[in-house]
Amino acid sequence: MSMTESTYRIQGGTGEWEVVIGLEVHAQITTNAKLFSGASTEFGAEPNTQVSLVDAAMPGMLPVLNKECVRQAVRTGLAINAQINKYSRFDRKNYFYADLPQGYQISQLYHPIVGEGKIEISLDEKDPDAHGKTIGVERIHIEQDAGKLMHDQHPTMSYVDLNRCGVALMEIVSMPDMTSPKEAAAYVRKLRSILRYVGSCDGNMEQGSMRADVNVSVRKPGGKLGTRTETKNVNSMRFIQQVIEYEAQRQVDVIESGGEIVQETRLFDPDKNETRSMRSKEDAHDYRYFPDPDLLPLELEDDYIFDCKASLPELPDEKRARYKNVLGLSAYNAAVLTAEHETAIWFEELLETTEEPEKIASSAANWLTSELFGALNRMGLSIEKSPVSPQQAAELLGLIADGTISGKIAKQVFEIMLETGDGAAKIVEEKGLKQESDTGAIEKVIADVMAANEDKVAQYRGGKDKLFGFFVGQTMKAMQGKANPQVVNELLKKTLGEAG
Amino acid sequence: MAEIFELGIAGIRSGIASGDFTAKEVAETFIARVSAAKSLNAVLVETPDHALAAAEATDKAKAAGKTLGKMAGVPIGMKDLFCTEGVATTAGSLILEGFTPQYESTVSSNLFKAGAGMLGKLNMDQFAMGSSNETSAFGNVISPWRRNDGGNTDLAPGGSSGGSAAVVSGRICPAATGTDTGGSIRQPAAFVGITGFKPTYGRCSRWGTIAFASSLDQAGPMAHDVRDCAIMLESMAGFDPKDSTSLELPVPEWEAGLKSDLAGKRIGIPKEYRVDNMPPEIDALWQKGIEWLKDAGAKIVEVSLPHTKYALPAYYIIAPAEASSNLARYDGVRYGMRDLPDGAGLQDMYAATREAGFGPEVKRRIMIGTYVLSAGYYDAYYTQAQKVRTLISQDFDKAWESCDLLLTPTAPSAAFGLGEKSDDPLAMYLNDVFTVPSSLAGLPAISVPAGLDGQGLPLGLQIIGKALDEQSVFNAGLALEERAGFVAKPEQWW
Amino acid sequence: MSVDKETVKKIASLSRIAVTEAETDALVPELNNILGWVEQLGEVDCSKVEPMTAVIPNKLRLRDDVVSDGNVRDKVLANAPVADHGFFAVPKVIE
Ligand SMILES: [Mg+2]
Ligand SMILES: [Zn+2]
Repeated sequence: MSMTESTYRIQGGTGEWEVVIGLEVHAQITTNAKLFSGASTEFGAEPNTQVSLVDAAMPGMLPVLNKECVRQAVRTGLAINAQINKYSRFDRKNYFYADLPQGYQISQLYHPIVGEGKIEISLDEKDPDAHGKTIGVERIHIEQDAGKLMHDQHPTMSYVDLNRCGVALMEIVSMPDMTSPKEAAAYVRKLRSILRYVGSCDGNMEQGSMRADVNVSVRKPGGKLGTRTETKNVNSMRFIQQVIEYEAQRQVDVIESGGEIVQETRLFDPDKNETRSMRSKEDAHDYRYFPDPDLLPLELEDDYIFDCKASLPELPDEKRARYKNVLGLSAYNAAVLTAEHETAIWFEELLETTEEPEKIASSAANWLTSELFGALNRMGLSIEKSPVSPQQAAELLGLIADGTISGKIAKQVFEIMLETGDGAAKIVEEKGLKQESDTGAIEKVIADVMAANEDKVAQYRGGKDKLFGFFVGQTMKAMQGKANPQVVNELLKKTLGEAG
Repeated sequence: MAEIFELGIAGIRSGIASGDFTAKEVAETFIARVSAAKSLNAVLVETPDHALAAAEATDKAKAAGKTLGKMAGVPIGMKDLFCTEGVATTAGSLILEGFTPQYESTVSSNLFKAGAGMLGKLNMDQFAMGSSNETSAFGNVISPWRRNDGGNTDLAPGGSSGGSAAVVSGRICPAATGTDTGGSIRQPAAFVGITGFKPTYGRCSRWGTIAFASSLDQAGPMAHDVRDCAIMLESMAGFDPKDSTSLELPVPEWEAGLKSDLAGKRIGIPKEYRVDNMPPEIDALWQKGIEWLKDAGAKIVEVSLPHTKYALPAYYIIAPAEASSNLARYDGVRYGMRDLPDGAGLQDMYAATREAGFGPEVKRRIMIGTYVLSAGYYDAYYTQAQKVRTLISQDFDKAWESCDLLLTPTAPSAAFGLGEKSDDPLAMYLNDVFTVPSSLAGLPAISVPAGLDGQGLPLGLQIIGKALDEQSVFNAGLALEERAGFVAKPEQWW
Repeated sequence: MSVDKETVKKIASLSRIAVTEAETDALVPELNNILGWVEQLGEVDCSKVEPMTAVIPNKLRLRDDVVSDGNVRDKVLANAPVADHGFFAVPKVIE
């Protein structure tokens, strides 16, 4: 199964270069309180208000581990079919910086909680099965986030806010399995989707709940791995791709002009769309990791892991397969409806209104991806905020299915639903939008239309088939769109077909 | 009848109970003792109001017929390693000058809840790193003891709980808190002729106690005798959900369980503790200790702790490694000293602050710790030391197959003169040769004053027990205490 | 393994402790003396030994995910050498 994107190449003066990418994604674990303290994790509070004496590293303060962080890391590991390590430990990563009050970050180096797993990605939304690739995950470990430094509030001082300090993160480390910016973006998108399904991270990149350290190296195709650079804290899908493009090109330029790539930490400047060396961090590279003596080893029981597994929802890959194979959706619809957990939940709530979901699944999926997505897009709303509920949508779709209204009228009804929040049946009733299926009434109109257009009737009967549409249009127009198009078609065919 | 200031915890308790004196009188007596002892430099901050308030509460409770706490009416000295709410806390270091904790350590808070008051914060070796109290940034503590040679050489009270040792032996406080990382309760207790107890690692919460080496630090009592230590430890110890290494176990009633009849107990004599150059007086005292324990009904067995000689070097890797990390928080950003030279950036500020704030021994240990954890050396030093620590711990487990307790000297010498060893860190480290192995294994141990050397200075014997078996340690300590009949006290010269 | 002057400077820098040339000169033999002494641990055969992680056999306790702390900015900032507008303040950092 070869992928078009595996051919992503940098054209250098000495020929083609291949890019090798690994990502370390930091995902904030969704919790009420911090990893080792009882302070809140809520976003956007006044500076230093969500800080305990533990977070501020006051003398004699000690860490106590938050249960939920462990549970969510284990669930996340299980969701990517990873090895769960029943024995793990916390280590201290020592370095000095003003956003790190302890002088060390509590992390897991030697014994992470989650070992190797994998994530299936797809480059083509329209045909996800044909362009898939498996990206290895090396490990997931739990660690503390740092505080925040503000440099632009005072001419000679930087300000330190410790609100984020000690918030729980999962660091999800991929294998260097990606070879193009697009693959990297697809990986992050899929990872984000899984985390949101699991509920272990809200995936909110703007608020910093998810950010990536981007490791990039270049090599001649198939050659031996080059030296990599690590660009820290890249916080959008677009920036991740820009970093890779920029870094790959820069590295090729350096090598081709006789230089050497140094393994270093770099920073992305989105305004200039470039990365630059973070020299300030260079001499801090000796982190002197050692097991945190304030914490004991973390040991998990089989039952605990089993319960974590049982608590997982159906995950995007399984769900997509089921939508396709059981519900009979197109591959595209199945992929689109499962990409975001909220969409799938919405869709499934809609299906729950019927005993036989397979019967309405396809039409509902089509309606959702076109009508609802279109409307939400226009209004700038997420699906959870949709003014029309899944139950209301089911009612609307039901009216189409049983012939009460036409698809065209349904669009009109849907607009009114969005505006008023009223139910479809009520709107149809009040506005008199009910579709006419009474053959007698329709036959009468058809007779009038034919009488008024005798010349066209003659032409049609003379073999000009294309005129059929004209008669349908005239009939529908005369009935103000409320005639059941199927009945109109049948009756017109019958009447026009009769010899004059 | 004895003067109030000569009383320890139990004596004060019964005096208050029988109405011989009030808690207030006790507090006033010791407040006066503290303020008259300035020349010993043992007290960094005096807190008479705290002691008085606790005393008044005790007197009121007694008048109201309420049951009194275990430490009711006992004013104590608090080692300056314990963070005390609203009272300056320095750990003996300039880097914490001006620091006033906004919280109370669990141990001090437990003691206050039991009715104790606080007379003051006690001088100590800086960040508990030292064995003579000479590393304090606020000057040496001078031992109340003098050699019997008629000279007036100032002697070391031992360390790091040197202030605690001095005030208890000088009858300036009836009892004091100590902390023990590699011997910092037991060695000073031995130097000044008092009793000091280090419980099993995890018995006393470390929350709010300034960390030196997290995997070793334990708080414990320093008091007149075994009974006082038992009473005080009952009040200090207890499960604390804020310390992940705290033991989730009820606190036994050690005082009620005291019993000096050792019938059925087997006491091990570790042959590796017969070190070279041990003064004959200490060896002789050890022999006496064996006889005393036999007399109390115990059986004596020879045991081997083969990795003993590696305990000190392992300790001097592990403790500095943990300290180098624990002390990284002293950076001039959130509390304590800040040294900001002109034009200095953040990292320069750190280096300048830590240069000015830490004393030489602290810097030395931070640097050793940094080195042994650094890339390329971690396995050779730190991992190897933690493996040796496993072996040391296994040595004890092995010994427990043939005995219940161990008897050893507490320290390899009596108190030395201030300045006599301060130029040679290694010679100083050797002070802890008998106390460090049990610290590495987290075991409970006591030092009991057992005799005087030729210069009239106290010597101590140590009992080491199995994890959680504090009761047997107390009991064997009591058996020694009853037979040693140690009553010597320093002459008051200050 | 013994340390030289450059190594001592590097250790001091990693430790964020400013040292003068004279102090560095003095530290070289001092640290070597201690390191030489602790190196006797190398004699011990530890090939089949696990490094110690918990002194007293004890299990890591976990706490519930509830907000039980924080909202104590005054206490957090009470001892700050420099605080401004609710922040700690440090010399300006240029990244
Ligand atoms: Mg990284
Ligand atoms: Zn990380």
